[in-house]
Amino acid sequence: MLSAITAALRTVRGEEAPPRAAGHGEKAIEGILLLCAILSVVTTIGVLAVLLIEAVGFFSEVSFSQFFGDTKWTPLFANKHFGIWPLITGTLLTSAIAIAVALPLGLMAAIYLSEFAGRRTRAIVKPTLELLAGVPTIVYGYFALVFLTPILQSVVPGVGVFNALSPGLIMGIMIMPMISSLGEDALHAVPNALREGAYGLGASKLATIFRVVVPAAKSGVVAAVTLAVSRAIGETMIVTIAGGAQPNFTFDPRGAVETMTAFIISVSKGDTPTGTIEYQTIFAVGSMLFLMTFVMNLVTQRLLRKSRGRGL
Amino acid sequence: MSQQTIDICGNRGKLGERLFHVGCWLAILLPLTMLVVLVADVAIDGLGRLDWDFIKGFPSRRAHRAGIWPALWGTLWLVGLTALLAIPIGVGAAVYLEEYGGNRRLANFIELNIANLAGVPSVIYGLLGLEVFVRIAGFGSSVLAGACTLALLVLPIVIISAREALRTVPYGLREAALGLGCTPWQMIRRIVLPMALPGILTGAILSVSRAIGETAPLILVGAVVFITFTPEGVDSQFTALPIQIFNWVSMPQKGFMENAAAGIVVLLITLLSINLVAILLRNRFQRQKY
Repeated sequence: MLSAITAALRTVRGEEAPPRAAGHGEKAIEGILLLCAILSVVTTIGVLAVLLIEAVGFFSEVSFSQFFGDTKWTPLFANKHFGIWPLITGTLLTSAIAIAVALPLGLMAAIYLSEFAGRRTRAIVKPTLELLAGVPTIVYGYFALVFLTPILQSVVPGVGVFNALSPGLIMGIMIMPMISSLGEDALHAVPNALREGAYGLGASKLATIFRVVVPAAKSGVVAAVTLAVSRAIGETMIVTIAGGAQPNFTFDPRGAVETMTAFIISVSKGDTPTGTIEYQTIFAVGSMLFLMTFVMNLVTQRLLRKSRGRGL
Repeated sequence: MSQQTIDICGNRGKLGERLFHVGCWLAILLPLTMLVVLVADVAIDGLGRLDWDFIKGFPSRRAHRAGIWPALWGTLWLVGLTALLAIPIGVGAAVYLEEYGGNRRLANFIELNIANLAGVPSVIYGLLGLEVFVRIAGFGSSVLAGACTLALLVLPIVIISAREALRTVPYGLREAALGLGCTPWQMIRRIVLPMALPGILTGAILSVSRAIGETAPLILVGAVVFITFTPEGVDSQFTALPIQIFNWVSMPQKGFMENAAAGIVVLLITLLSINLVAILLRNRFQRQKY
């Protein structure tokens, strides 16, 4: 039966069996392995279909102009408003704070590891930094709420128990190794001849780094940043725990916010019956979230392909 | 522009370089210090609460009597099932992409897909699991639904790490095997897989261990917080360690915060020991091979 599946797949793919494949067993195995690989495509289709179907249900009751034109988000109250903007500003605010932390730290670490550090230092520091990305986000959430927020409250006036600043800063620390690791890869791949050329022309080390190496590795470095942005947008538990659950249309980092991800969690913590508008809102918000991260991921892939394609 | 270059080349350049050097070290040390402070803070908050009664205890409305036993078992079930689902499929996909991939355009498309899936936020996987496994497939809010969701979530990382392991096998060995008349599968089973196995295993363990800390998708799939039994089968309701921690963090009373910290200590110790095992495993195999 499996060989039948393989045969069918081959017909679909419009190709004949390779001549050296011996017997049905070989073809069956290749078919099974192909099915494993195709599961990823099925997953993507599944995500798209689920989001699309539920979002269509949502938008048959809520108009686009309500969704994008209103600045109030109260789908769970009696007086329902479906303006997505407070969730988007909440997401952008926390992500922007995170990038403001992660970009300078990550970039400097990447430059250091690639251009200054010896092989042994790099072999120790790089995996140690990557530990930061391996800590479960719920742990960071606890840390932001219990440790960082009280400190911020005593330093910055007007910071609430729940605020955008604390989870943003912690998220920055979390995504920093993504920028430093991918950035280091990109910088390290720049051919040495370029550096030697710069030195030969009398450039100092710093001038070589910032005028030659970083520009040459530009697409790889930007890819690292876009990937980090995508991770920040999709991060859930830190902002859920420490950000509060108040969809405020604001860019004030001291106040409570609600991100798109935090909203999805706060709805699904309760028991929301299928088919209700509340149930559909989490898919509508999920579609928005997917769209934003998907675009960032595509840009990342493009840039990575570009930087590799140039042979750097 | 030339003005600036001359500036940087001069004595100020040397000073600038030194300052930059210091700045770089600060950029590396700041996050690492943060990590140390985090671990210390959690340990200080939680170690006082951590004892055998806490491990063996069931959830309770009173903070000092609550424990993590069902959560621990739930996590164990979830991770075991996730590994069973994700590792064979992930390694299979990796073998196809590395060793077959006959149709280049299809293989490229699958690769692009995997790269994109690796960047999809975990909440989105939760939405997928909620709709597909919980509702359409009718698994309900069960261990199985949770494990299927987590398996899809870690699959891209399993595939990527298995491919890296397969790539470490020298190409000449493949050619030699084929030259001796092996069929492609014989070559893969007898030569490539045995040689890549330590790397594949390590990567697989590390990838699946990520599932341990995942919270958001499980909340969506409907992990229950207040549960007074350990799972009895794949169709059983469940809770998990991160879910229990999240629940305690959301409570206003201080006693529950201590519980959360103690839960986090257990979570971190679990993760650390799994990673250690994976790394030791790899080192052991690598030494035996040569």
